[in-house]
Amino acid sequence: MNEETSPTQNRRDFLKTSAIVAGVTVAPGVLLYSVSQAGTTNVSSKVRWGMLIDTAKCAEDCNECVSACANEHGLTEDVPPAVKPQWIRKVGLRDKQTGKEYSLPMMCQHCEHPPCVDVCPTGASFKRDDGIVLVDRHICIGCRYCMMACPYKARSFVHETLENQKPHSPRGKGTVEGCTLCVYRIDNNQEPACVEACSKNGHKAMLFGDLNNPNSEISKKLKDVASTAVRPDLRLNPGVRYQGL
Amino acid sequence: MKLHSLLSTLGKIGIGLLLSLAVSAQSITIPQPPKAKKDFSDAQKCVEPIDIIRRDHGTFLKQHRDDTMRHGVRNTQYSLVACINCHVTQDAAGNYPNIKEGSEHFCRSCHTYAAVSIDCFQCHTSTPTMVSVPTTH
Repeated sequence: MNEETSPTQNRRDFLKTSAIVAGVTVAPGVLLYSVSQAGTTNVSSKVRWGMLIDTAKCAEDCNECVSACANEHGLTEDVPPAVKPQWIRKVGLRDKQTGKEYSLPMMCQHCEHPPCVDVCPTGASFKRDDGIVLVDRHICIGCRYCMMACPYKARSFVHETLENQKPHSPRGKGTVEGCTLCVYRIDNNQEPACVEACSKNGHKAMLFGDLNNPNSEISKKLKDVASTAVRPDLRLNPGVRYQGL
Repeated sequence: MKLHSLLSTLGKIGIGLLLSLAVSAQSITIPQPPKAKKDFSDAQKCVEPIDIIRRDHGTFLKQHRDDTMRHGVRNTQYSLVACINCHVTQDAAGNYPNIKEGSEHFCRSCHTYAAVSIDCFQCHTSTPTMVSVPTTH
């Protein structure tokens, strides 16, 4: 070893180069995120997917989001109504004092602090880094604790053997399931099926986007209009918010 | 003395088992799973060299499953849907093989032979379907 490359100098050089390398890697990282490399890299908590539902635009007699969901995920099995899967459903509310009626879609609210994840004994119920709450049905034992813990009644249990499932949406007997926010579509830069159906039908009552990105349409609108979570007293901070409720 | 008789009994059982295996192996034909629809690349038939994919496809599938489900990585190299799309082929009448019986289904042909039960298809579809979502490569 010659004198110029003494251990101290090496160490300095190393620190300098690593600082440069770090700078270079951070910058494209940020770039990648904004250009969206969805589906190719691990999802990150820099994104939080959410939805804003405008109850004023949601028509009472319209069921498009529910049928789009059933169609997309193959929730069409012939089972008794009591055990029919309900990933999304239409809920009617009536203000007792004024008589004002509301109609709104209700599905998994993709809470920041999901009670279903807290109670799951196997770790099957989990929240993805980008805020989507899912069930890992490979390790779900079908105990249904999550169904009881969920204040929104957002999960269903599969009681019967199923056949002809959709390739992108596997489901099976003995496990709990619920709205996945069409996670495979999101990973492919598409909107959830219900949101797509709602805007296709001209209602545009559902707005989907990244709550963490201040420039996203949903963030701008949330900043602009009054919106609320359902059962805000529970402090679950749902990703789905309602306007005009 | 006791030990000796025990050992000899075990030995006899062992020989019996070997014999029965030999007999049953003769009566069951080695599986001939259907060929894939196309080669993965010019250099390679499947997503990995044949000896590796034969031995480790379970590990690849599980790794891919966790990456996809937990972390949203959706490449198709080791995806079950991609395996099914390429390997499950129609018969002359245009029907897809049944995953629950017979030995025509690509996955089933070997798994029945090896007496390994697979639960994948209680939830996942066993036949290729028109994928509504274009897959990311």
